[in-house]
Amino acid sequence: MSETAPQAGSASAIMLLAVLKRLGTSALPFVVVILLWQFASLFFPRFLFPSLIDVFWRCIEIFSDGTMFKDVLATILRILAGLAGAFVIGGALALLMVRSRAVDNFLSPILTLFQGIPALSWVVFAIIWFHGVEFRILFIMVMTTLPAFTFQVLGALRGMSRDLMEMVFSFRPTRLKLFRVMIAPAILPDILTAWKVNLGNASRVVVVAELVGATGGVGYQLLQQQQLFDMAGALAWTLQLVFFVLLVQGALTLIENTVFRYRAVSERAI
Amino acid sequence: MNEAVTPIEAAIHLDRVSKVFGAGTDGSYRAVDDLNLDVHPGQMLAILGKTGCGKSTIFNMIAGLTEPTSGTVRVTGHDPFADFDFFRGKIAIVFQNDRLLPWRNAIQNVELGLEMLDLPAIERRETAQLWLTKLGLAGHEHDFPHALSGGMRQRVSIARAFATNASILLCDEPFSALDESTAGRLRAEFVRLVKENGKTAVFITHSISEALEIGDRIVVMKRPAMIAYDVSFDGGTGQEERELIRSRIGDVLAA
Repeated sequence: MSETAPQAGSASAIMLLAVLKRLGTSALPFVVVILLWQFASLFFPRFLFPSLIDVFWRCIEIFSDGTMFKDVLATILRILAGLAGAFVIGGALALLMVRSRAVDNFLSPILTLFQGIPALSWVVFAIIWFHGVEFRILFIMVMTTLPAFTFQVLGALRGMSRDLMEMVFSFRPTRLKLFRVMIAPAILPDILTAWKVNLGNASRVVVVAELVGATGGVGYQLLQQQQLFDMAGALAWTLQLVFFVLLVQGALTLIENTVFRYRAVSERAI
Repeated sequence: MNEAVTPIEAAIHLDRVSKVFGAGTDGSYRAVDDLNLDVHPGQMLAILGKTGCGKSTIFNMIAGLTEPTSGTVRVTGHDPFADFDFFRGKIAIVFQNDRLLPWRNAIQNVELGLEMLDLPAIERRETAQLWLTKLGLAGHEHDFPHALSGGMRQRVSIARAFATNASILLCDEPFSALDESTAGRLRAEFVRLVKENGKTAVFITHSISEALEIGDRIVVMKRPAMIAYDVSFDGGTGQEERELIRSRIGDVLAA
C-alpha cells in the first residue's frame, strides 16, 4: 500500500502534465496571434488594430444586450435552417441517385454546375426572384450547401460494405428495418463529417446573404460596423460566428466520440 | 448414389438452373450450367469444388441473393429470390467472413435476425444470450467485434444464424479463415448443433476433409458448376469406405 500510493500519485502528475502540454500546444498559435495583435494595437490607430480588451468588452455587450443577442440568434437559426433544408433535400436526392443510374446521370451534372456558382451570384438571383428576406436567405443557404451535402451522402451510401449489406439482406428486413439497422449507422460517420464541413461553409455564406437585404443578423451588423469604421465592433460580431462554429463542432466531436466508440483505435498513428 | 426426390419432398430443389453473368455482352461468363440438385429435409450437404467452379453462385441462388438466369430454384417449395418476405426467419446464413456489424456488440449482433422477426426485446435478449453461452462466449456479450478474436467473431456469427431457429442453414466456407485448431473445434460444435436442431444444411467448402467431417452427402462441382460426383454416407460408413470416397473425390477434382 505504502509503495503503490506514491506510484499512483506520480502517474496522475504525468497524466496532468501530458494534458497541460496538449492544451498548451493547441493554445500556442492563438496566444501568438493575440499577442501580435495586441502589440500592433499599441502602434496603429484604433480603427485599424483596436485593443483586444475593447473587443472583449464589445463581445460581452453583445451577449448581455437582448436586442444584439437576438441578431446572433437570428443568424444561427438561419444557418441551422439552411443546413437542415440542404441536408434533407440532399439526402433525398442522394437516395434517388443511388437507386437509379438514370437519376444519377441526370442530377450529377446539375449539382456539379451548382457547385461552380459563387455564393454572391445566388444572392443576386435570390434578390431578383424573391421578395421575402428570410426566404431569400434560406434559398441562398440551401443552394450553396446542397451539392456538397448530396455528394457526401451519395458517397456514404455508395461506400457501404456490400458484404454487410448482403448479410443483413439474408435476414430479409423490411425497408424501414434495413435503414435502421444497416444504412443509418453505416452512413452516420460521413453524415457528421458532412455537417462539420458544411457548417463552416454556411457560416461564411450566411454573412454574405445577410449583407444584402437583411435588417438583422451578424451580416447586417457587420455592414453597420463597416459604415462606422468600427473595427472592434466588426471583430466582436465576427467572433460571435466563430464561437458558434466552435461550439457546434465541439458538440459534433462529442457525439462522434460517444457514438463511434465501437471503432478500433490503432496505437500507431497514420 | 442418391434417390431422386420430387420438388415437394425436397427442402431445396434446383431444376435446370443456369447463371450467366453479364448476359448479352461479349464478356459474359457462365458460372452455373443446367444444374439439377435436390436436398432432402434434414440432410447436411457439402458442396465441394475448386475455387471459381461456381459454388458460391449456387449458394447465393439458394440464399435468394442472386437470381438464376434460367431454371427454377425452390426452397421449401418457394422461390427464394422472388418470395423475399416469405423466407424471413426460415433461411440463415453463415458467411466465409464473420460479417458482424461493427457498431453492434456481440449480443446485439446475435439479436439482429430476431429483430427482423419482431420478437419482444426480452425474448430477443434471452435467445441471444442462450446462443452466445452455447458457443462459449458468455462474458463477451458486450464486446464489440474489434475486441474479439477471429474465432470468437465467427462463433458470434454462428450464434446469429442459429438464434433465428431457421430450418435451412447455408454456410459458405465459414471456417476457412481460421487456424486449423480453432476451425476443427468450431466444425465439431457446428455439426453437433445442426444435428441437435434438425436443420437442413448446405455447406460450401474446398476441403475434402471438411466435407467428409461435416456432410452426410457430398457433391463435387466442376466448372461451370456441374455435378461431377455425388455421394451420400452416414455414421455407419466405415473408415475404409470413407477413404475410398476421399480418394474418389481427389481423382474427380484432379481430372
